[in-house]
Amino acid sequence: MRRPPPLWRTEMLLIHCPYCEEQRAEIEFAYAGEAHIARPPDPAALSDEDWTQYLFIRSNPRGRHHERWRHTHGCGRFFNAVRDTATDKFEVTYKAGELRR
Amino acid sequence: MTRFSAFSLFAKALGGHQSWPEQWPDASPKPAYDAIIVGAGGHGLGAAYYLAKKYGITNVAVIEKGWLGGGNTGRNTTIIRSNYLYDESAHLYDHALKLWDGLSQELNYNTMYSKRGVMMLAHNVHDVQSFKRHIHANRLNGVDNEWLTAEQAKEYCPPLSISPDARHPVLGAALQRRGGTARHDSVAWGYARAAAALGVDIIQNCAVTGIRRGADGAVEGVETTRGFIASKRVGVSAAGHSSVIMQMAGLDFPLESYPLQALVSEPVKPVFPCVVMSNTVHAYMSQSDKGELVIGAGTDQYVSYSQRGALHIVEHTLAAICEIFPIFRRMRMLRTWGGIVDVTPDRSPILGKTPVPGLYVNCGWGTGGFKATPGAGDLLAYTMAKDEPHPINAPYNLDRFRTGRLIDEAAAAAVAH
Repeated sequence: MRRPPPLWRTEMLLIHCPYCEEQRAEIEFAYAGEAHIARPPDPAALSDEDWTQYLFIRSNPRGRHHERWRHTHGCGRFFNAVRDTATDKFEVTYKAGELRR
Repeated sequence: MTRFSAFSLFAKALGGHQSWPEQWPDASPKPAYDAIIVGAGGHGLGAAYYLAKKYGITNVAVIEKGWLGGGNTGRNTTIIRSNYLYDESAHLYDHALKLWDGLSQELNYNTMYSKRGVMMLAHNVHDVQSFKRHIHANRLNGVDNEWLTAEQAKEYCPPLSISPDARHPVLGAALQRRGGTARHDSVAWGYARAAAALGVDIIQNCAVTGIRRGADGAVEGVETTRGFIASKRVGVSAAGHSSVIMQMAGLDFPLESYPLQALVSEPVKPVFPCVVMSNTVHAYMSQSDKGELVIGAGTDQYVSYSQRGALHIVEHTLAAICEIFPIFRRMRMLRTWGGIVDVTPDRSPILGKTPVPGLYVNCGWGTGGFKATPGAGDLLAYTMAKDEPHPINAPYNLDRFRTGRLIDEAAAAAVAH
């Protein structure tokens, strides 16, 4: 595999798809928001505060961010990633359903 | 502070303009203030100015991590308009638009507010219907906005291509004549100079690292890289970093921070008389007084604080610009940059009190905060001085994400804000 150029020279993110096992350009992927936000098992039992938390509140950290991506123009599958939001550098990508890294 | 006038300009010219004093002192933090504003952008400096000017609270510090006006105030496309769909939005943005009028005189600083008109192009039946709905809603709220046919749009903005063969034919346009542009830096500088003259300390290179709360939960002050500064009232106006600051006070906010890019061309002679926006193909453009075409691109898809975005976002916008304005196809672009915008789920700001006593917030302006600069500053100052929101910003509370009373401009304003 070709070595990726240094960060300051990249024109877009390069993302490693854990299913295709290839590093591909960002335009093949669709961002799908913060990862590991579990759908409430019993929505009817949720209070307004819990709904706020589930629907609207996001961690939005400056630093390590767990997020979902979908390899739209590749295998089409969702996977999770850890990326530093201050540098945009990916730490790791891993398959959906695997434990939070 | 030397008052700017034709006479002072003439007098200083005799000395070769060598004797102008500094416009505001670079202050060092005092141990305590009556109020602290976090973030020395246009919004924060505006809030400090109005606190001092309207409410007599002059023992105020504005704390800035970097340099004054170096965040989104210096990174936007300087567009001003108020033709928003919902009543709450129309009131909020028109409040700001009214303050833009006369701001240069009030601050004795030329903000270069130019009412050159903001024209939004309709490319399909949905656009036509949606813009006409906007126009009627605006008129009910006393906000000017009018419908132009394609020919009238071409007359108002001659570089526009209205050829029926175009890939995105222009079916008409909505025009807000009071809309326009202003010089972004001079808004921040003008507020800083006027606020400093009233006694406000502007402290740069001083990052907030924590918010100290007392036993009763109320704010006691902020921890900074230059030591603890005490204050019972803290207003946070930190744009893309708002959620980071609010987490220091233990509050989770419904915000996500994205990079938003803009770019300018090489400077050319005056050729583009107004602001044109096309939401459908995502292109908007104006020409600065310096001669550069100022073009706004979109947000990147992912959360980031890096203040840089990907090239394909810029390419996408330029493709749309070339399609709508064929005369600019061989124009060369000079600079591109990114700013970090804090976006709320309903694309409307959060401006008011927080669950922490003494902590106030002005955030969530997303991709369209510059136009609101005087209004946001004024309303944050009101809220901090009275400890209650002004009727205009009362709907923009944090609680709307619990009650469901959203102000859903996300659907109403499409992409370009």
